[in-house]
Amino acid sequence: MVLAVQGPHGPIIHDMDRTACRLGLKRGARITDIRALVPNLCVEDADPSAETAALQRLAVWARRWCPWTQTDGADGIFLDISGSAHLAGGEGALLREMREAFGRAGLRIRAAAAATPGAAWALARYGGRRLLLCRDEQTQDCLAPLPAASLRLHPDTVLLLERLGLKTIGALAAIPREALVRRFRRAETPDANPVLRLDQAMGRLAEPLVPGRPAPPLRAARRLAEPIGDLAGIENVLGDLMLDLTGRLGTAARGARHLRLTGYRTDGGTAWLEARTSTPSRDPAHLTRLFAEDLPRLDPGFGFDAMTLEAAAHEALSAHQGGLAGEDRAESALTTLLDRLMARLGSANVSRLRPRGSHVPERAETREEVQAPISTPSESASLSRHRPPRPPRLLSRPEEAEVLYALPEGPPARLAWRRQSHRIVRSEGPERIAPEWWREKSTVRLRDYYLVEDEGGRRFWLFREGVPGDGRGGAPRWFVQGLFG
Amino acid sequence: MLAPEPSESGFASQAPDLPGQPTLTEIFGSAQEGAAIAFTLAQLPRQGSVLWVQDRVSALEAGMPYGPGLASYGLSPDRLVLACGRGAPDVLWALEEGLRCSGLGAVIGEMWGDPRALDFTATKRLLRRAEASGIHAFLIRWNAQAGLSAARRRWRIAALPSPPATFDPKAPGAPLWQADLFRARGRRPGLWHARYDGSAHHIHMAAPPAHRPLDAQAGRGDLPLRGAA
Repeated sequence: MVLAVQGPHGPIIHDMDRTACRLGLKRGARITDIRALVPNLCVEDADPSAETAALQRLAVWARRWCPWTQTDGADGIFLDISGSAHLAGGEGALLREMREAFGRAGLRIRAAAAATPGAAWALARYGGRRLLLCRDEQTQDCLAPLPAASLRLHPDTVLLLERLGLKTIGALAAIPREALVRRFRRAETPDANPVLRLDQAMGRLAEPLVPGRPAPPLRAARRLAEPIGDLAGIENVLGDLMLDLTGRLGTAARGARHLRLTGYRTDGGTAWLEARTSTPSRDPAHLTRLFAEDLPRLDPGFGFDAMTLEAAAHEALSAHQGGLAGEDRAESALTTLLDRLMARLGSANVSRLRPRGSHVPERAETREEVQAPISTPSESASLSRHRPPRPPRLLSRPEEAEVLYALPEGPPARLAWRRQSHRIVRSEGPERIAPEWWREKSTVRLRDYYLVEDEGGRRFWLFREGVPGDGRGGAPRWFVQGLFG
Repeated sequence: MLAPEPSESGFASQAPDLPGQPTLTEIFGSAQEGAAIAFTLAQLPRQGSVLWVQDRVSALEAGMPYGPGLASYGLSPDRLVLACGRGAPDVLWALEEGLRCSGLGAVIGEMWGDPRALDFTATKRLLRRAEASGIHAFLIRWNAQAGLSAARRRWRIAALPSPPATFDPKAPGAPLWQADLFRARGRRPGLWHARYDGSAHHIHMAAPPAHRPLDAQAGRGDLPLRGAA
C-alpha cells in the first residue's frame, strides 16, 4: 500500500508501508510506473496537513520525557534530553522506554541520542540501527562513516560533494577547513553549507531547540487565605488582579479586548464575568470600571477561595504618548465611554451608523456594532448626493396604512395610520425605487415614495408597494416608513 | 425672571438664542410627528460626537435615527453613537455616562411617557453634569406629561402647516414648527414659530401672526401680541 500526492506529472508516491518498502519502491516514484511493476498496488490519497498536525501532537506528547521538544521536517522529532535522561535511568534506558511507548502506540521509531541535534539526526537516519547511543567523546568516530547526506544538506549540495569525492562525513572533516569555507562562502542557507552543518553536528556551533509552544496566557491569579463573599472584598481582589494583569499586558505590549474574571468557590463551583472593550486597553481604572456594573451579580456562594483574571483576547498595543495639546484625549474618552455603555447595555445595543450602497431605504444604512474593528470606508457615499429628501427618522419597520386616493397611481388624499386619520394637503412624489432584482425574489414589488403633509403640518414618508396591474399581487398596499421634521 | 429687553426689531430679541449655553433642555412632542426630532437636530453643535440613547419603546414607536436624513440637519452619521436601553434607568445612566465624557458635543435621550425613574432628582443630576462638562443635553419626551423637572428650558414642539415650496405649490415647503417654551430659567416663556435655516444651521424664531385667536395663547404669560416688525 502507498500514499499518493499530486506531482507535476500525475500522482507520485508520498509514503508507503513496509511491504511496499520491501518491494523496493521509492518515494517520489510515479504511481503509473509503479502500477506497471506492481499491478495489485493499493493507492490512497495522502493528507499532509493532517500528518503535520499529528506529528505536532506527537511532539507535545513526547514532552513526557523532557520539557523541550520540536518537530523536525515531516517525519522527525527532536527531544532535548539534557538533564532529563537520569529520570529514566540513563540515555540507553530512556531510548528503550521510548521505543516501548511508541510501540504501544503502534509506531516503530528509529532513535538516536547524541551530543548535538545534528549528530543525533544523522545517526537516527543513517546509523543503521534502530536504537543508537553515542557518547559525547565518540561523536567524531560515530559520524565519520556516515554519508554526506546525513549532515542535513540539500540534495544539490550532496551531489556536489559526491562529485568532489567527499562521500562521507569523515572525508569531509579531513579536508582543511579554510578550503571548504572558501568553496562554500556563497552558501546562504544552512542546508547548502556543509561547514556550518559539520560544525553543528560536531558541537562547535550551538544549535538550540526552539519548541513550538503556545504563548502563556495573560492571566493573573490570587489564592485567598480566607474565603471571601462580600462585595468589598471581591472589589479589592479585582483591583489587585487588574494591577497584576495590566502590568503583564504592559510588559508584553498588549492591550486587552476581552477579559474574564473567574471566582473559584469553596464548594467546588465557579462563577465568572466577562467584559469586552472596543479598542485594546490596559488602563486598570477603566477596565475595573467595566466590571463594576456586573460585580454584584457574581455569586460567591460560600465564598471564593481563589480568583483569576484572564485576558481572553488581546491585541498589540504599544506604549502611547499623548499629544502635548491633549487633542487625542477626546478620542480615548469616547472609546472609554463606548466600553462602559457596552458593558451595561450589551454590545448589540451600542452601534454606529454606516452607509451602504443601496437605493432601498432600509438597506441604505446598517447599524454596526462598535465592537467590530473599524470597518472599511463607506461603500458609496456618492449615492446619497443629489437625491430626493430623506427623513431623519425611520420607523423600525414600515407600518401599513389605509389610504384614499383620487387616482390609483397618484398621491394619497387621506391617510389612516395608527388609528388616526390625516387629510393630506400637500404631497411630493412619486420617487420610484425598484427592487434589487439581483438579491430579492422576483415577486417583490417596486415602491413609489411620497412625502406628504397633512393639514396640521405633520409630514410622513410613505410608499405604495407596487402599481395596479403589475401582475405581482392584488391591489397595491401603502406603508408609512418615515417621519419628516 | 428677567424683563423682556426692549428692542427695535420687534420680537426677534425675545426668542432664545438656540442652542445657547450647554444645559439640559427638555423637548416634548408627539411620537407621530418628526417635529421634536427636527427641532433637536437643528440645535446640535456642528462639531463633536453625539450620543443618542433611546429606550426600547421609543425605538419601536417613534422610530430610529436615519443617517441619510440626519445629514440634511448638518449631522454626519459617523459622528453619531446610538445606544438602546431597556428602560428609563438605562437611558438616564447612559446619558450621565455620556455627560462625563469629554469627547462628546451633545447627548440626546429619548423616553416614552412618564417613567418613574425620571424624577426631579434625575433631571437635576443631568443638569448639573451638563453644565459642569459643557455638553448639551437634550431629553426628548414622547407622549409625556410635563411633570416636575430641573431642565433649564422645556419646550413643547408641534408641526405647523408649511409654506408652499418655492417651485412646486403642491409640495410641502420648508418645515415650520410651533415652539412653545413653557418653562425657562432666566427668561420669559413664550410661543414662537420656528423654522430651520440649513445653510447657517440656525433656528429662526418669529412671533406667531397676530391674527391668531387670543384664547389659543391664554395662560402663557404676557406674550407680545404685536405683529411682526
